[in-house]
Amino acid sequence: MTAVAAEQRTAGLIAGANPVAKLAASAVLALALVLSLDVVSASVALLLEALLLPCAGLDARTFWRRTSPIWAAAPLAGLTILLYGRTSGTVHVEWLLIRISDGSIELAAATVLRVLAIALPAVVLFATVDPTDLADGLAQLVRLPARFVLGALAGLRLMGLFADDWRSLTLARRARGVGDQGRLRRFFGQAFALLVLAIRRGSTLATAMEARAFGAPVRRTWARRSVLTARDGLLVGGAVAIGLAAVGSSLAVGEWTLLGG
Amino acid sequence: MIPPAPAAVRAEGWGWRHASRRRFAVRGLDLDVAAGERVLLLGPSGAGKSTLLAGLAGVLGGDDEGETEGRLLVDGRPAEDQRGRAGLVLQDPEAASVLARVGDDVAFGCENLGVPPADIWPRVVEALDDVGLELPLGAATSRLSGGQKQRLALAGVLAMRPGLLLLDEPTANLDPDGVRDVRAAVGRVLERTGATLVVVEHRTAVWADLVDRVVVLEPGGGVSSSGVPADVFGAAGEALAARGVWVPGRPVALPGWQSPERGLPLIRTEHLQGGRDGRPIGELVDARVDAGSALAVTGSNGAGKSTLGLTLAGLLPPVSGRVGAQPPLARGLATEPIRWRSRELLTRIGTVFQQPEHQFLAGDVASELAIGPRSLRLPAAEVDVRVDELLERLGLAALAAANPFTLSGGEKRRLSVATALATRPQVVVLDEPTFGQDARTWRELVLLVRDLLDGGGAVVAITHDELFPAAVRADRLALPRPAEHLESAR
Repeated sequence: MTAVAAEQRTAGLIAGANPVAKLAASAVLALALVLSLDVVSASVALLLEALLLPCAGLDARTFWRRTSPIWAAAPLAGLTILLYGRTSGTVHVEWLLIRISDGSIELAAATVLRVLAIALPAVVLFATVDPTDLADGLAQLVRLPARFVLGALAGLRLMGLFADDWRSLTLARRARGVGDQGRLRRFFGQAFALLVLAIRRGSTLATAMEARAFGAPVRRTWARRSVLTARDGLLVGGAVAIGLAAVGSSLAVGEWTLLGG
Repeated sequence: MIPPAPAAVRAEGWGWRHASRRRFAVRGLDLDVAAGERVLLLGPSGAGKSTLLAGLAGVLGGDDEGETEGRLLVDGRPAEDQRGRAGLVLQDPEAASVLARVGDDVAFGCENLGVPPADIWPRVVEALDDVGLELPLGAATSRLSGGQKQRLALAGVLAMRPGLLLLDEPTANLDPDGVRDVRAAVGRVLERTGATLVVVEHRTAVWADLVDRVVVLEPGGGVSSSGVPADVFGAAGEALAARGVWVPGRPVALPGWQSPERGLPLIRTEHLQGGRDGRPIGELVDARVDAGSALAVTGSNGAGKSTLGLTLAGLLPPVSGRVGAQPPLARGLATEPIRWRSRELLTRIGTVFQQPEHQFLAGDVASELAIGPRSLRLPAAEVDVRVDELLERLGLAALAAANPFTLSGGEKRRLSVATALATRPQVVVLDEPTFGQDARTWRELVLLVRDLLDGGGAVVAITHDELFPAAVRADRLALPRPAEHLESAR
C-alpha cells in the first residue's frame, strides 16, 4: 500500500519530513539557544530560520494564526525582563521594584529574539505533524512503548468529544435552572462533571481497543512503517547548522554569554 | 481468501462478578453455541448479556477486575486466551473508532495481532468492502455518520478474521438508515464468512430473520428459554414483552387515548436558522408549538434536529430568524427564550438531553429531582412532595439514594425526564427520548407525554423512532437530509 503512505505524507520539503525528525530539529534549535543569552546568536538563528520559512509548507494565513500566541508572548516576556531583569550599566528608570538599565534593555531584546527563534520553528514544524504519524515514529523509531504511545494517541482523539461534552454540560446547566450561578462555582461543578464523563469515555474506549486485541500477548506489527529518509537527515542537519552558525557568529564577535554566565 | 473456521462457544457454569459489585453479573450459565450458528441473545436489563459478550471477547480483564466462576470456552479453550478469534462491536458509535483515519482504524486490530504489514492493507480493503464502506483510507473517522461508524467498527473486527462475531446492541443508537445499513452489512459478512454470531439487541425485529436461535438469559443466572425465533417469540412472547423485550409482531399495548383539544400557541418560529457558534446547521424552520399538542421533529443524522430542539428550548441562540415565545408562555418576559434567565426557563421550557449524563448534577436520585424545585425557591415541604410524587410516578422510589451515574440506561432516561418535569414547565423538549430503550421504558415515556398533553402542556420530541410520534399523536416536522456526510457509493 505505497499509495496510502504517499497520500498520507504531505508534500513539501519540511512539511513532509518524519515527525521524529521535526521533533529532533526543534530540540536542537532550542538547545543551542537556551544555552546562550546574547542578542547576536538569537538574531542569527532567527534570520536563518526566516529564510527557510517558505519551505515549511504553511500558507500565510495558517502561519499567522498558529504563531499568534508567540507574537503576543515574546514582547510580554521581553517587557518583564526590561522592567525586572538583572541591572547593569546606566540605570534609566527606577520606580519601586522596576529598574530599567542598559543591561536589562539588552537582556530584554535578547529574550524577545530568543523566544521567537525557539518557538517559531517549533510551532511551524509541528503545525504539519499528524498525531498518528508522530505516534508511529515515536513507537517505531524512538522505541517508546507501543501501549503508551497508542493509548495517548487514542486518548487524544477524545479531546474533540470532551469539547462537545463541555458545551452540552453548559447548556444542560442552563436548562436545569442553575445557569445563573456565579461563574467560578459553575466552572468547578462543570469541570467535575466533565471529569466523570471523561473517565467513562476513557473506559469505553479502552474496552473497544481491547476488543481489537490491543495488549494481546503477541509482538505487535505496524501497518504504516515510519522511516527516516535523506530529507529527514537534511532537516536535522539544517537545524544543527543553524545552531552552530548562531553560537559561532556570536563567539566570533565576542558576544557569546553562556546561560548563567 | 479462505474464511477462518467458525468458532464454537461453550459456557459451563460460568459466572462473573465485577470487583466493585457484590452481585454476580452472570452466574451458573450453561450454554452451547455450535460453530456457524447465529444466536440472538435476549434478557431483561441486568441479565448480564453485555458481560457474556465481553467475556467471550476476552476483554473482562484479569483477577483484579473481577471474579470468575466456571468456564467460558471458545473452540474448547478459555476465551481470554483466544484474542482475535472473537470480534466485538459495541453499542456506542463514538467508541467505534480508535484512530483518526479510516484505513488506520481498520488496520489497528491486525497490528495488535501481529499480522505481517504486507498482509494488513489487503485485509483492510477487503473488510471495508465487506461492510459496504467505500471511503478513501485517509478519510477522517470523526466525520462519519453513526451508521458508518458502526460499519467501520465491524470492518475493524472483520479485518482480524474472527470466527465469532459478537455484537452488543450495534444499532441501538442509529437512525433507521443506519440500522438498515448495519443489518445488511452483517448479513453479507455472515453469508461470506460463515462466522458464528451472537448479537444482543432490544429491537429484535432487526435480527429475527437472520438468526437461527433466540436465547433468553435470566437475571441472576441461567437460560430461561432457547429455541428457533418463531417458537421463542410465540411461546415466551408475552413474558418477554412484559419484561421489555421488543417482540416481533407484538406491538406494545397502550391504553386508548383521546388527544386533548389544542390550546393556544406557545412558541412560533419565524425563518428560524439554528446553528452552533454562528455556523448554520440545517434548513430554515417555520413551526408552531401549541398547548396540548406534541410536535415530532424527524430527519436523518446531521439534519440539525438536536440543534433545532436546543434553540427552541432557549438554550442556543438562533443564527438568524427568531424563536417567539407567545404571551401565555413568556408571561411578561422577553419574546426570545434565549434572553431569559436560567431560572426563568424552569417553569416555561424544560429540556431532556439526548445523553442523560449531561444533565445530572447531584450525588443521588432524590437530590437530583430536588434541584429544579429548590432553584425556584419553593418551600421545602413542596419540594419534598414533588420529589416523592415523581419518584413514585417513574418507578424510581427504590433508587432514591442511588447515584444517578450508576443507574441502568432506562432508569437514567426516566430520571432525566423526571428532572425536567419537577418544575412543571409548559413546554418540554425531548431529544431522542426513546433511543436504545426497552419496550417497557418506551411505554412509560409514551404515557408520560400523554399525561403532559392532557394537562395542557406542549411537547417537542426530536426522534428517529417511527412509533413514538404516532403513539402521542404528534404533528410532524421532517427536516431535509443534509449533504455534508461523506457519501458512500453503496
